[in-house]
Amino acid sequence: MSENLLEKEKLDRQVMALRTAKEFEDGLCVNLGVGIPMLASNFVPAGREVIFHSENGVMGYGEITLPGEGSLDLVNAGGQTVHPQPGMVFFGHDESFAIVRGGHLDISVMGAYQVSEKGDMANYMIPERKIGTIGGAMDLAVGAKKCIIVMNHVTKTGEFRIVKKLNYLPTALNCVDMIVTDIAVIDVTDKGLVLKEFAPGWTPEEVQQLTEPTLIIDPDCGEITLM
Amino acid sequence: MPINKIVSSFDEAVADMFDGATILVGGFGTVASIATCLLEAVYRKGVKDLTTVSNASGFGADVWKLQGAPFPEDMDILVRNERIKKAIVSAPVSALYVNNFEQLLRAGKVELEMVPQGTLAERVRAAKAGLGGVYVPVGIGTVVEEGKEKKVIDGREYLLELPIKADFALIHAHKGDRWGNLVYNGTSRTFNPTMAGAAKVTIAEVDEIVELGELDPEHIITPGVYVDRVVERPKVYDTGDTEITDKQALESLKKFQDDVKKATDK
Repeated sequence: MSENLLEKEKLDRQVMALRTAKEFEDGLCVNLGVGIPMLASNFVPAGREVIFHSENGVMGYGEITLPGEGSLDLVNAGGQTVHPQPGMVFFGHDESFAIVRGGHLDISVMGAYQVSEKGDMANYMIPERKIGTIGGAMDLAVGAKKCIIVMNHVTKTGEFRIVKKLNYLPTALNCVDMIVTDIAVIDVTDKGLVLKEFAPGWTPEEVQQLTEPTLIIDPDCGEITLM
Repeated sequence: MPINKIVSSFDEAVADMFDGATILVGGFGTVASIATCLLEAVYRKGVKDLTTVSNASGFGADVWKLQGAPFPEDMDILVRNERIKKAIVSAPVSALYVNNFEQLLRAGKVELEMVPQGTLAERVRAAKAGLGGVYVPVGIGTVVEEGKEKKVIDGREYLLELPIKADFALIHAHKGDRWGNLVYNGTSRTFNPTMAGAAKVTIAEVDEIVELGELDPEHIITPGVYVDRVVERPKVYDTGDTEITDKQALESLKKFQDDVKKATDK
C-alpha cells in the first residue's frame, strides 16, 4: 500500500457528517450512533423535517443543549442533554426496540471498525482490549430499513477496514447498505461494493488501493457532492 | 381495607432481599433513570452473590455528583463492592475508560452474559407477559446465537430467546400512588416500565407520592397491578435562599457538598 496515500488529505469528521445527512430525506425517522453519526443531526438539509430516534426512549427531540443547560431527564443515548421540541414522544425500552427491530426506523447511522464486501459489520468489540459492549448496535444494524456506516477508510497504520471477510467478531451479517468514509461513498449491493463518490483530489484507482475487495465503479461515479 | 403499597423507608422496601437473588435494575446509563436509593439500600442490606439484570454496569457516584445529581449512586455501588456473581447486561464496559466492572471481569470475579439491548428488553417483557420465550432476528451469525435454538419463519432466521425470571425489580418513576400506578419523567423512563411486573416483587422508588386519583388514567404508564411496593425519595431542596428544615435532606446535602469538594480537590 502506498505510504503517500495515507498522508494525502482526506475529508474531516464534519464533512463526513454533512455528506451522511444528505441521505436524510424529508419525513424519515433516523437513529444516530455516538461519534460522527451524532454530528449529522446538525446538518439536516434546510426545509426537511427529520425525526430522530434515540434508543433510550425518545423520538423527535431537538438539538443538543449547551453544557450545563438542559435536564438530566431529557438526554440522548450518549447521555447528552437535548432540547425538547413539538411532536416529541417518550416510551419505555420494549417500545423503543419494537420501533428499531420492527422495521419502523428508516435509517440507522453507526460507526464501525470493519465492513465486509457482503455488508457484514463489526463495531462492538474494542480490538485492543478484546472486550466490548453490544448495547443497541446489533438491534439497530438488523432492524433499520437502511444501515449507513460512517468510518475512516483505513486504520491509522493503513490497514484495510473495508475487507473481504471480517477478522473481528461481527455485530451483524449482511446488514450494511452504504459506507461513508473520509475518501469515498460506497453502496453495498448483491453484486458487490459499488463506488459512487470519491473525495476531492482522489481517483477511483486510489480509493481501490485502500480497499481490499474489488470495487465496482458506478457509471456515474464522481466527486462527493454535499448538497 | 384500603390497598396501600407505600412503605416508609428504602431499607424496609428491600428487607426481604436475600443472598443469590436475581434482581432487575431499571434505567439506562444516566443516573436520573435509576432507582439509586434502592440500590444503596440493597448495598446496606449486605446481600451478595446477586444476579443483576441491567442495561449498563454503572459509572459510579463521583461522575454523577459532579453533574449535580442529588441521588448519585448507580449499578457501580453493587459492582465496586463485589456483590454481583453474574451480570446479565447489554452495555457492560465503556469504550472511553476501564470501568470497575471490566476490572472485576478481568480478575475473574464476576460472570458476564452480554445481551443485545432490544433482546434484553424483550426477554424481560416475556417474563412479565407470561411467555415461554420469543423468536428474535437479532444476533444471527454472532456470539449471541451460541447454544440457542434457531428457527426459520417466513424465510427469515430467528433465535429462541428465553424469559429472564427474577426475584426483585428495582425501578424508578416520577410519581406513584398507593395502588402502585406510576408515571415517569422524560428519558428517565427507559427499562423501568419494561421491568415493572417482570419479577416476583417489584419495588418502585418515586420522586413523589401523590393521592389516589391524582394521576390521569389516560396518562398512567405502569398500571399498579405490576407494582408491589412504592417508596418516596427524600425531597431535594433548592440550595439557594430556601431554608432547609428536613434533617435527612440537610445531612444528605452536607454529605453531597463534602463529596463534591473531595472529588474536585482530587
